[in-house]
Amino acid sequence: MPDSVMQNSFHLDAVPIRLERCGKTFAGGARALEPLDLTIRGGETIVFLGPSGCGKTTTLRIIAGLESPDPDGRVLFGEEDVTALPIERRNVGMVFQSYALFPNMTVAENVAYGLKVRKIARADRGRRVEEMLDLMHLGEFAGRRIDQLSGGQRQRVALARALVVRPRVLLLDEPLTALDAKLRDSLRLEIDRLLRGLGITAVYVTHDQGEAMALGDRIVVMAKGRVAQVGTPREIYYQPADGFVADFIGTMNRLGGLSRGGTLSIGSATLPWSGPEGAVELLVRPEDLALAGEADGHLGGTVAAAVFLGDRTRLVVEPADGPALTVDAAGRSELGRGDRVWLRVDPARVLAVP
Amino acid sequence: MSACVQDAPLPHRPAARPPVRPGWTGEPLRLAALLAPAAAVFAAFFLLPLVRLILIGAGGTAGWSAYLTTLADSGHLDSLISTLALSAGVTLVTLAVSTVAGLFLVRNRFPGHALLVALLTFPLAFPGVVIGFMVIMLAGRQGLIGTITQALGAGKLVFAYSMAGLFLGYVYFSIPRVILTVMAAAEKLDPRLEEAARSLGASSWRVVADVILPALKPALISAGALCFATSMGAFGTAFTLATRINVLPMTIYTEFTLQANIAAAAALSVLLGLITWAALAVARSVAGTSVAAAG
Ligand SMILES: Nc1ncnc2c1ncn2[C@@H]1O[C@H](COP(=O)(O)OP(=O)(O)O)[C@@H](O)[C@H]1O
Ligand SMILES: [Mg+2]
Repeated sequence: MPDSVMQNSFHLDAVPIRLERCGKTFAGGARALEPLDLTIRGGETIVFLGPSGCGKTTTLRIIAGLESPDPDGRVLFGEEDVTALPIERRNVGMVFQSYALFPNMTVAENVAYGLKVRKIARADRGRRVEEMLDLMHLGEFAGRRIDQLSGGQRQRVALARALVVRPRVLLLDEPLTALDAKLRDSLRLEIDRLLRGLGITAVYVTHDQGEAMALGDRIVVMAKGRVAQVGTPREIYYQPADGFVADFIGTMNRLGGLSRGGTLSIGSATLPWSGPEGAVELLVRPEDLALAGEADGHLGGTVAAAVFLGDRTRLVVEPADGPALTVDAAGRSELGRGDRVWLRVDPARVLAVP
Repeated sequence: MSACVQDAPLPHRPAARPPVRPGWTGEPLRLAALLAPAAAVFAAFFLLPLVRLILIGAGGTAGWSAYLTTLADSGHLDSLISTLALSAGVTLVTLAVSTVAGLFLVRNRFPGHALLVALLTFPLAFPGVVIGFMVIMLAGRQGLIGTITQALGAGKLVFAYSMAGLFLGYVYFSIPRVILTVMAAAEKLDPRLEEAARSLGASSWRVVADVILPALKPALISAGALCFATSMGAFGTAFTLATRINVLPMTIYTEFTLQANIAAAAALSVLLGLITWAALAVARSVAGTSVAAAG
């Protein structure tokens, strides 16, 4: 796949997108999106991530031209203000969760549709469709009807149909959500390689944090119509802006602590500390809690559950007080329910929420 | 994907039951027993009268050749042709009007929407006679249209008692059913399909031609076939407007009651039935869905 992309001359312009004060209030007064400012770099894959109903699709549709932002808002593709342009004049590629392929057309006709609308000559059209089908490994399905394809094949057709017209921007709304887990992984890899190979600016909407981490150059975490955080997957994971982001991405433990005069007390231990003073809530990832002996542990607890995951064993540890903690032990760990364990906290890897 | 569907036990059939062997035992016998009452009703109320009608058609002085000679009568042939032309015209106009109106009603919500839909479907409740009255009130000698054209100094326009009046009445009568069918089908359209087409650069007209009409096609064909069949067989409106209107049901009525030419009336009836049935059959095969004949 990466080879075919590289060999292919098919490379798309990398148009930056700028959203300025793009809010959305639907008729009836429901505020779906608070005014949003965001710059998406040319060629970047940006992922909108958040729970259902947080305004991801609305934002994508504003970029697409399917919804207009509230009066003050503007959408720019490069230097061009496209706010007033309807979708058919924005030259954007769209991929939907439900594929949205034309059921009355074959695979090849679906892919050719955008070229036909653009009145590309038949011969040229045929060549470009063939090239695109090959790129998406769909050559053998050219004559098939849509209902003769699997979900994964359908979504590849939808991608081919969107890309063949060389759009300025590719917009994907939960494209993998309708697929089963295994297909989802393989198509995600394919989309990843495709986006990197084509160099197109892409906006990808998902509620799945794994997808977001794997695909995004940057992630925009959204909550209730607001942007909670914008950052690279690493930034989002290791420096979540708030408790919501921390909980939404990966597994996060919460520990109560008390800091005073440069020290932090957790359980029975006192650690050096440079964070905020007073009673703090500490956020710590499972992999940043280490199992230790009684002598060097900071926090004692009892194993409430142990789930063997192959490469590791995920333990749920109940400390003497406070909420249960999730900790990763080695895969070969023999620890089980009822065992007494000690945990070490690395203060450098702990985030404090005052 | 389809494998899971096949593997899943059918909900209404216990999975543990042993397979039934083919033959006149078990299931088929039970089925035949269940079908018997339906078959009896079918025979008594449908098959027997139909056979009788066909035989009567051949019972005149001309015998079986009556089916051909009936049409050799230029009056009868004219009647058949004008009925076909009227029904085809009514069908096309009704489909066009109802598609536009139905799509508009599904796409746009406004105050009074529900009331308008209710009003549009009102003619469903009227028998042909009432439709005929309404056409006369609109385009008859004392009608609204005539009064207006006279006031405008263009002379009194009266067309209720002709093919044009019948056409108007049939369109008025057919629109509700077709609009309801179009609306039901349009509600099921996937808006993502239209958005996908637009994202590829399609104008509104192209979206209609490439996405909406293909999706509505089965509904339009079945609704159109019903409309055609109803127009072919309708009688009440024509009877109310004028006995001179030359449509097949009127001709049959005239042959039967006034001329007492029972064989010709029967032959024409069978012919009318055949043509209508053929139209429905063609529509059914084109649309790929079942189209019930009009009542
Ligand atoms: N056409 C609409 N009319 C009214 N409210 C809408 C419409 N579309 C979306 N909403 C509302 O806006 C909010 C955000 O929706 P959406 O952007 O689809 O969320 P997401 O894609 O993140 O699940 C939701 O509360 C939803 O109910
Ligand atoms: Mg959504």
